[in-house]
Amino acid sequence: MPSTNTVTLNTATHAVTPRKGTSERRGGYWWYILPGAVGFLAVVAVPFGMNLWYSLTSWRGVGDPVFIGFENYQRLLGDPLFWASFRHSVAFIVAMAILPTAIGVLVAAVLFNYISPKFGSKVASFLRATYYLPQILPIAVAGVLWKWMYQPQYGIINTTLRDLGLGGLAQNWLGDSDLAIYAVMNVLVWLQIGYTVVVFMSGLSRVDPALYEAAELDGASWSQQFRTITLNQLRPEIAVVLITTSVAALKVFAPIFVLTRGGPGTSTIVPAYFSFSSFFTTTKVGYGAAVASVLALMISVVAVALLRYQTRNSEGFDDGRP
Amino acid sequence: MSPASPPVRRVKRRKRGVSGWVVLALVAGVGLLMLFPFWIALINAFKPAPDYIANGPVSLPTELDFSALVDFWGGVDFNRKLLNSVVISGSVALIAVTLSLLSAFAIGIGRIRGRIWILALFMLAFTIPQEALVYPLFVLTRDLGLYDTMTGVIIILAVLQSAFGTYMLSSVLGTFPPEVLEAARLDGASRFQVLRLVVLPLTRPTMAVLMTFFFIWTWNDFFLPLVLLPSADNQTVSVALGALSGQYTSDPTALAAASLAGILPALVFFLLFQRTLMRGVNLGAVK
Repeated sequence: MPSTNTVTLNTATHAVTPRKGTSERRGGYWWYILPGAVGFLAVVAVPFGMNLWYSLTSWRGVGDPVFIGFENYQRLLGDPLFWASFRHSVAFIVAMAILPTAIGVLVAAVLFNYISPKFGSKVASFLRATYYLPQILPIAVAGVLWKWMYQPQYGIINTTLRDLGLGGLAQNWLGDSDLAIYAVMNVLVWLQIGYTVVVFMSGLSRVDPALYEAAELDGASWSQQFRTITLNQLRPEIAVVLITTSVAALKVFAPIFVLTRGGPGTSTIVPAYFSFSSFFTTTKVGYGAAVASVLALMISVVAVALLRYQTRNSEGFDDGRP
Repeated sequence: MSPASPPVRRVKRRKRGVSGWVVLALVAGVGLLMLFPFWIALINAFKPAPDYIANGPVSLPTELDFSALVDFWGGVDFNRKLLNSVVISGSVALIAVTLSLLSAFAIGIGRIRGRIWILALFMLAFTIPQEALVYPLFVLTRDLGLYDTMTGVIIILAVLQSAFGTYMLSSVLGTFPPEVLEAARLDGASRFQVLRLVVLPLTRPTMAVLMTFFFIWTWNDFFLPLVLLPSADNQTVSVALGALSGQYTSDPTALAAASLAGILPALVFFLLFQRTLMRGVNLGAVK
């Protein structure tokens, strides 16, 4: 009895009520998105709108903002500091996106296709964990650690150089305006490699081993297999990693705050630090808001590229219905 | 045929073996380079300052000296910072996962109208630079009496992280087997019962990954806590460490001790959550 009942019910829902049922059901789901929507409004939408408003004003954080139109943006375009900060962003894209991706693909391929079959997957995943370890550190901790290692008098880098009789190579790594940006880039590469290695290794685990076996039979060398199979098969991962890490590089703040505070002079200033110091050090709130808005625009452009790439590549995520 | 093949194979394997060991040595060498800063912080945190000055940072300590670590721990009231970080990270992780699940339920299971646009907005929320929100958040929290309170930071970070969680979970729930949902509805389950009794248990592994990530992200977060929690009593571990970068520069072992204090909790999380972390990294990147 109950079982036949269920069957009839089942056909009934399918046959009779699909349109009415779904529209009623969909309406009810709006309650579930309400908390998230309220949070989004209060923490993202309204503040972002306020930031846009501030960027059109002259305001020192006290008193009332004075509307000045696009003057802040015009001044930005003529501000060498603004251009310097974005030039440094390019350097950090190299340090956080391009170099770690290049190194990560190579290391992941070596670990997955070479070390793992020869020495076992345990050895490979142990090595993967050692590369990943810097990723778990709060960036502030990593910054303190490296600042100490870069210290000109007693830091490990200079003391080691002196012990090796290479004292002439010792430098004031973070205090020299020509070197500081490379010193910071070095820390960021160290931080980022683990992320790319982990992503690319898991990407390789979905590659059909038959591809490599066939290449092996054809007598393809390891480097030929790397170029023709590995790089091709990892293309989606490489694209996603490059975009997400570039976004992260545009946002970089904590390493700059801890290691150099934008200095010496302005040799390591980045947009995020530029707007932060406009807000809280020089209290040019309107100007800082304009910098932050430009940064938000640039990041959104990169993020939209990511979104389009991902929706194009993931089926089942959405069926195209409105 | 069969007697001939083993020797050939063996020769080939041994030949590979030599270059294999060279490659292993290379990748292990890179691994050691990655670990070197951790090692160097460890040995110098326990080194007496005169020992450091005499023998430099590379040598092993001649005796175990806890004074640098003790001085740092007491000097910044590190217990307090640890407690603050645990409270903030734990609350953010719980609230953010709950918010993510609710929103993703509406988007992935409820397939509400305009979900693509809603997801695009959520994505904007976690890609937008915090600099573009920080001054208004500073003003708003001040006006609401939430400035320099953990509550304010918890609410803000939970919302920001739930944006990412919603994005992730929606695509997971979008592929949820419809038969299961249909069966539950036929049994007379309400929407909330479906969420609690069907969806929640089946997505628990993904939720665990998200929760771990939210916890660690919040623990490591620097910018918003730096701005919104100025007083020493409310500071987190990350902010406390970042703020002292200008201090202790005359004392060579103090910074090693500070670094070690910052590394230890992170290391504990790593050992606890290693598998979850590896799974989560990929969830974020490729899904």
